[in-house]
Amino acid sequence: MKGILDSIGRVGLKLFTKKYTQQYPEEKPDLPARYRARIVLTRDPDGQERCVACNLCAVACPVDCIDVQKGETEDGRWYPETFRINFARCIFCGYCEEACPTQAIQLTPDFETADYTRAGLIHDKADLLIAGQGKQEGYRYWSVAGKAIDGKDKGEAENEAAPVNLKDLTP
Amino acid sequence: MSRIRIIVNGETREVEEGQDILSACTHQGVEIPHFCWHDALGSVGACRLCAVRVHSGPEDAEGKIEMACMTPVADGQRIEVADAEAEEMRAHVIEWLMRSHPHDCAVCEEGGACHLQDMTVATGHRTRRYDGPKRTHRNQDLGPLLTHEMNRCIACYRCVRFYRHYAGGRDLDVMGAHDRVYFGRYEDGPLESPFAGNLAEVCPTGVFNDKGWSKDYARKWDMTATPSICSQCSVGCNIFAAERGGRLRRLQNRYNGEVNGHFLCDKGRFGALHLPDGARLSGPRVRGLDVSAQEAITAARTALERGAVAIGSPRATLETNFALRQLVGPDRFFAGLPDLEAQTVARMAGLLARHGAPSLAELERCDAALVLGEDLTGTAPRAALSLRQTARNASDALAAEKGVPKWLNNAAQVAGEGRKSPIALVTMLPDALDDVAAWSMRRAPEDIAAFGQAVAAAIRGERADAEATAIASALQAAERPAVLSGFGLARPEVVDAVAAIAEALGEKTRLYLFPPEVNSMGLALMQAQGLERAFEALEAGKAETALIAEADLFERADSLLVDRLFEAAKEVVVLDSYATRTTARASITIPCADWAEAAGTVVNHEGRAQRRFAAYPGAPAAAWRTLASLSDTLSGWATVDDVLAELGQALPHLAPARDAAPSVTFRTPLGKIARANWRFSGRTAHDQAGGIVRDAERADPDSALAFSMEGTHGAGAPPALRTGYDVPGLHSASAAPYLTDANGGHLQEGDPGISVLAGFQGPDAAPALPAMERGMRPVPLHDPFAGDEIGRRADYLAKRCPPAQVMLHPADAKRLHLKAGDLATVDGLHAEAEIVISDAMPEHHVGLSAGRVAPRSLSRIVKIGRQG
Ligand code: SF4
Ligand code: SF4
Ligand code: SF4
Ligand code: SF4
Ligand code: FES
Repeated sequence: MKGILDSIGRVGLKLFTKKYTQQYPEEKPDLPARYRARIVLTRDPDGQERCVACNLCAVACPVDCIDVQKGETEDGRWYPETFRINFARCIFCGYCEEACPTQAIQLTPDFETADYTRAGLIHDKADLLIAGQGKQEGYRYWSVAGKAIDGKDKGEAENEAAPVNLKDLTP
Repeated sequence: MSRIRIIVNGETREVEEGQDILSACTHQGVEIPHFCWHDALGSVGACRLCAVRVHSGPEDAEGKIEMACMTPVADGQRIEVADAEAEEMRAHVIEWLMRSHPHDCAVCEEGGACHLQDMTVATGHRTRRYDGPKRTHRNQDLGPLLTHEMNRCIACYRCVRFYRHYAGGRDLDVMGAHDRVYFGRYEDGPLESPFAGNLAEVCPTGVFNDKGWSKDYARKWDMTATPSICSQCSVGCNIFAAERGGRLRRLQNRYNGEVNGHFLCDKGRFGALHLPDGARLSGPRVRGLDVSAQEAITAARTALERGAVAIGSPRATLETNFALRQLVGPDRFFAGLPDLEAQTVARMAGLLARHGAPSLAELERCDAALVLGEDLTGTAPRAALSLRQTARNASDALAAEKGVPKWLNNAAQVAGEGRKSPIALVTMLPDALDDVAAWSMRRAPEDIAAFGQAVAAAIRGERADAEATAIASALQAAERPAVLSGFGLARPEVVDAVAAIAEALGEKTRLYLFPPEVNSMGLALMQAQGLERAFEALEAGKAETALIAEADLFERADSLLVDRLFEAAKEVVVLDSYATRTTARASITIPCADWAEAAGTVVNHEGRAQRRFAAYPGAPAAAWRTLASLSDTLSGWATVDDVLAELGQALPHLAPARDAAPSVTFRTPLGKIARANWRFSGRTAHDQAGGIVRDAERADPDSALAFSMEGTHGAGAPPALRTGYDVPGLHSASAAPYLTDANGGHLQEGDPGISVLAGFQGPDAAPALPAMERGMRPVPLHDPFAGDEIGRRADYLAKRCPPAQVMLHPADAKRLHLKAGDLATVDGLHAEAEIVISDAMPEHHVGLSAGRVAPRSLSRIVKIGRQG
């Protein structure tokens, strides 16, 4: 009997401690930027698509839920003709983001990805591509890459010398 | 050569003497990092990556850091690959090479299957410490087949060594000096060599890559790979067909030590894939109406019941041709070729059965050669590449006399003084191989056989003209003389002339006879007569229906004959993968799998039966399967094994074809052999629970291969079933040498393929060419970039292929009032070809691009005119 009263007393005391339960969805949680949820494809500072369809995210993905098909624009950029993530499969591990050499693919704190149909969980490029740079600002892969595109000739990338003059025989 | 013992990383290994350390270790499966060394190109010591510590013997405690590729193996030598100082040197070499390397991997086709990536990862280099500017280069437009991205070059010189020294190309070279060397053409333009495509595999970086693949790109790990056989000529090069999403993305070399070694020709690499939309036959049709598959089968069955002749094809597999033969019986089974070609190839098969049919690897070991009448580079390009190596043997032998081994590539070239093996080319037109020939002789088509007979006579000791005598004595003096010919001129008597030479030379002869197509030999071994006989049967009312599989008859036979045949047939049933002039004439068409979509066996020029497999699931059924469904007697055929077992009973010499690859029930301890890489991505990107593709839907009844990543990978599979090399840490074509027993040697478990010539009796003589009246005699012209009826339509190859020609001697052109550049007519019909006037063309002959302007064998005079 004493034991029971003791227990009731201890539980009752909890009424006066700080409450942790949040009234989601009325109250939205404040998640850190590095929280791993909804995946987006971002753009570089010029508003150009960052993703170059290198497929590194797809190969890094442990559940193989990313499918990318490379295309090429008129100006010589590689880009994803199709980019698809199956959120019914994704485990939000973040490996894709880590593998990405262009900082295109990023996980965001928006975890509200549930849907009423399975088909709705398959997100294509139109669903993934956002207007901004996401949490990684300033990076422009094409300024670093050696492959020329319209407006960035050979020798014009960061830290590149002018193209070699082949007739030059000086030592 | 004798065996010696060396100690590598503490383990004693027995190796062949007279090679370099790098080669010896590689074929023992011991990896030494390298760039410039290449199994087929030897050593030049350009990259300095292969540093190892070499102790000359037990008493040499300190040893020296040496370049493994430049140091010969010696008995008792101790080699440490993991030595700290050697490792440090290799790491520095990589760091220097990466100093100017562009930040391109993400947008580089090579990425994921790049020898430079592999070597960089292996040495642990990861950050660029030097922060000075990177050297850059401008690219060139190298034509429709290859990309060029010179920033990625590491100056290993493999490309120029292959292109110039190995393949005899002239228009690619190294330019500039210092760290600015440039590998390219003197000016923009398509690479001239028909072997240029190999640069995509020879280059250890992403400088050269396959343009068609780049446009429809997928990483290597994202494509399934299926062992296949090139469909473009009778050499039957082994290839990997790489696929993703039901589309062939690229073809790559698959090492076979006897057939193609490390190299393909461009027609093979770029032909027969990337065909334009609409080239395929869309669905079954009966008398112009789209019908269901079942309706088409029923209609075809009814047509067959009226009595049919079946017409097989040198493009179709043994299985399909045999299905046709079984459907109608051996005496109603014909080849989709003029009798002249059918009988000539049968004669070739008989000769090879009698004299032995050596491989291309053996050709490269020959010390003299005579090519009689054949434009080898045009008809069997890979064989021409082998003959180029034959030509270097004299130079290598001279170098060896001076003590310079062949593997010391540059030194051997200097020491060899450019000496050429005695090679004689007797052809109608100037030949692509003229630069390696000791005798380049031009003869009119009618005189070529006569010249061959004169050589044979001279060998027998009879009197002959000076040139024939000189060539005869070179062949007699040789230990391993090769005699080569084919059907390129469509002159059967040339084959008999070659037979006479082989007979006269005796046992030591290496006889090479190249029929026109991938399975010409297989069809000939099925003893079918030509189209003339099929026409007679229809004409005589013995049959009403012509059943044709995978052949455009207009491609191979005189249209006068084909037209008559179609008129005589009340019903024409055609099975094919692509729409052709023949499918356009059919009353019933049924689409079937193309060369890459179904398993089947083909027989190459040396009588080697080789199996190819379906590159992806979901394609139309193989032609033989549809044919089997046309008759209740063939309903027991479930797999290729069943078909080939029955073939072996009907035609015993073809029985070994069943063992061209392990049976469909073959399993490794891990089950089937996986076509997909472990890293294959995107498998679950499309599925919705319950909608996952089940294995049953992707079953492959005709092989022990799986369309998934489950099962055995790489060298764990028998050679004929390998879907990759899978050497740990190596992802590019540079992994192949780890699976062979010597430079240019055999796969350690044996090269795929099995001979089906034993016991075959061919005709005693080639058929006689019908006498022709006075007028213009047609001669087929070949082009190494012109594929077969399917390959010619392949997007990228078609762009590279020079226009079709109607070639005349100036005197004939004058007489016929024709000018160069006029659009030609042949027999009054428009040809998609221009008149070309050339002194090289013999008078009263007209050269017609084979397949494009006229069928390759046309035994009557033609009328040439101008359009409009
Ligand atoms: S978060 Fe992980 S599971 Fe999800 S797509 Fe990225 S790599 Fe794949
Ligand atoms: S890793 Fe980045 S750049 Fe590459 S495909 Fe994925 S998102 Fe695009
Ligand atoms: S282009 Fe390729 S093969 Fe040629 S030197 Fe450069 S890296 Fe080597
Ligand atoms: S066309 Fe002939 S030589 Fe060229 S890759 Fe194909 S089989 Fe080999
Ligand atoms: S491989 Fe030996 S120096 Fe390049």
